[in-house]
Amino acid sequence: MISTTTRIRQALRRPWIARIGVIVLLFCFWEIAARWWIDPMFLSPPSRVFMSLQQVFDTRGVPAALRITFWELAVAFVLSVVIGLVIGLAVGLQPFARRSFMPIILLLYGTPQVTILPLFILYFGIGPASKIAFGVSHGFFPIIVTVVAGVQNVKPILLTSARSMGASRWQMLRHVIFPHMIPSFFAGMRLGMTGVLLGVLLAELYVSTAGIGYFTTLFTQNFDPTRLLGLVAVLAAMAIVLNEVVRRAEVHFGRWHTD
Amino acid sequence: MKASDRKTEKPLASRAVQVTFLVALVVLWYLATTRWRVSPLLLPNPVLVWDNFWDIIRTGEFLSDLRVTLTELAIAFAISSTSGVIVGYLISRTQYRIRVFEPLFSAIYSVPIILFLPLYVLFFGLGPASKIALGATISFFPIALSTIAGFGYVDKVLVTAARSMGASDYQLFRYVLMPAALPIILTGMRMGFTVALLSIIGSETIASLAGLGHRIVHLAEGMEMARMFAYIVFVVFIAATLNMLVSALETRGKRHG
Repeated sequence: MISTTTRIRQALRRPWIARIGVIVLLFCFWEIAARWWIDPMFLSPPSRVFMSLQQVFDTRGVPAALRITFWELAVAFVLSVVIGLVIGLAVGLQPFARRSFMPIILLLYGTPQVTILPLFILYFGIGPASKIAFGVSHGFFPIIVTVVAGVQNVKPILLTSARSMGASRWQMLRHVIFPHMIPSFFAGMRLGMTGVLLGVLLAELYVSTAGIGYFTTLFTQNFDPTRLLGLVAVLAAMAIVLNEVVRRAEVHFGRWHTD
Repeated sequence: MKASDRKTEKPLASRAVQVTFLVALVVLWYLATTRWRVSPLLLPNPVLVWDNFWDIIRTGEFLSDLRVTLTELAIAFAISSTSGVIVGYLISRTQYRIRVFEPLFSAIYSVPIILFLPLYVLFFGLGPASKIALGATISFFPIALSTIAGFGYVDKVLVTAARSMGASDYQLFRYVLMPAALPIILTGMRMGFTVALLSIIGSETIASLAGLGHRIVHLAEGMEMARMFAYIVFVVFIAATLNMLVSALETRGKRHG
């Protein structure tokens, strides 16, 4: 006869069960704090936030804003990958171009782009275009850097032997360089996704007259933490799902190299 | 590709390309504003920007905003590095705790925490407190994660050897754990510093009353484009200087650790 306490203790020995336990504890703490200690003008208990998720979706304009944000993220990500790949290959394949332009690319990558966020709004307006452009400006640098690193990882002997067997430029790209680049390319896509999420969400929050930024500002000014937390939770879930998709792809495609 | 670096192409040529590229950019900018009549509301004349930049430096009007931003950054970084190192060290003490908390931290780290800025503004107001809290939260995770990695994966043989030679707890920490973990922790602190700076300027841009990010937005709303460009140049310069300083400290710390 095993008592309940020993059974709990045994279960806790598994890290993932303990991890869920920590998360549940945090939520309980939040629930208790929000119910009894903290002014309801500032914090809502998670149970109420969860129950009123429907209310968030019923707010006029919120579903449309969320849908637009999702499309902005998707378009910005695809554009970042395409631009990053093209520039990365163009710069990475030529040693001279790499040595000339990589320092400039790294310099631009290192500067905080949020300082020019107002410029993006000025040039591209407050609609989706500015958010996509800002997302791309965050997303394509890590992809360029990893693509260049991936191209460099190709052993020169493979290139020489492919060329000596009469491979065309396209054939070398398709059969030698590209397969070797895949693992680092997917690592770059994951970093690119992180950048795109940061860029698009920053721009969305900055523009407070339309889209997500309008609603976060509205809920903050109305001291409506329930709907604010609901909206933020939905966006966080969106970010987690997109991150997870790219991470899974990285694990899947990054593997063959080590086989 | 080390082999290609040994080829005869001179580094001078690539330097020339870099300089030409940057000069061409400025010349294009100048021509666009003078010859091709791009609206000064979209792109101000570079000469005017340069004048404004010197004006900002000479009059010292940047001082109050710079002070606000740097104070926020310093407090946020102090909070996140102490709490990150302490929490990371406590977690790294047993394999069990590492396996419970490390995936949790890296999962949270992958969420764009800037998303929670509206909540921070609701809790802490528009003043510096919300920026400090956000910057501290965002930079906590890379520092804690690298501390866990630093202390958690010290070679067991070294620890056992030190123990069998009769090292005390303090000696073990001072002469085995610390030197092994320090380089990784310092890298984490540099990453934490960079994201803290970024998120503080970002949150000043989105919702604030003072600071460099706020100044840029203020000028953008007033359509004072030349001055705004000058401030952008100034902030980029400050950020680059700070990042270089922190990288230099990191390398120095690693050498002495």
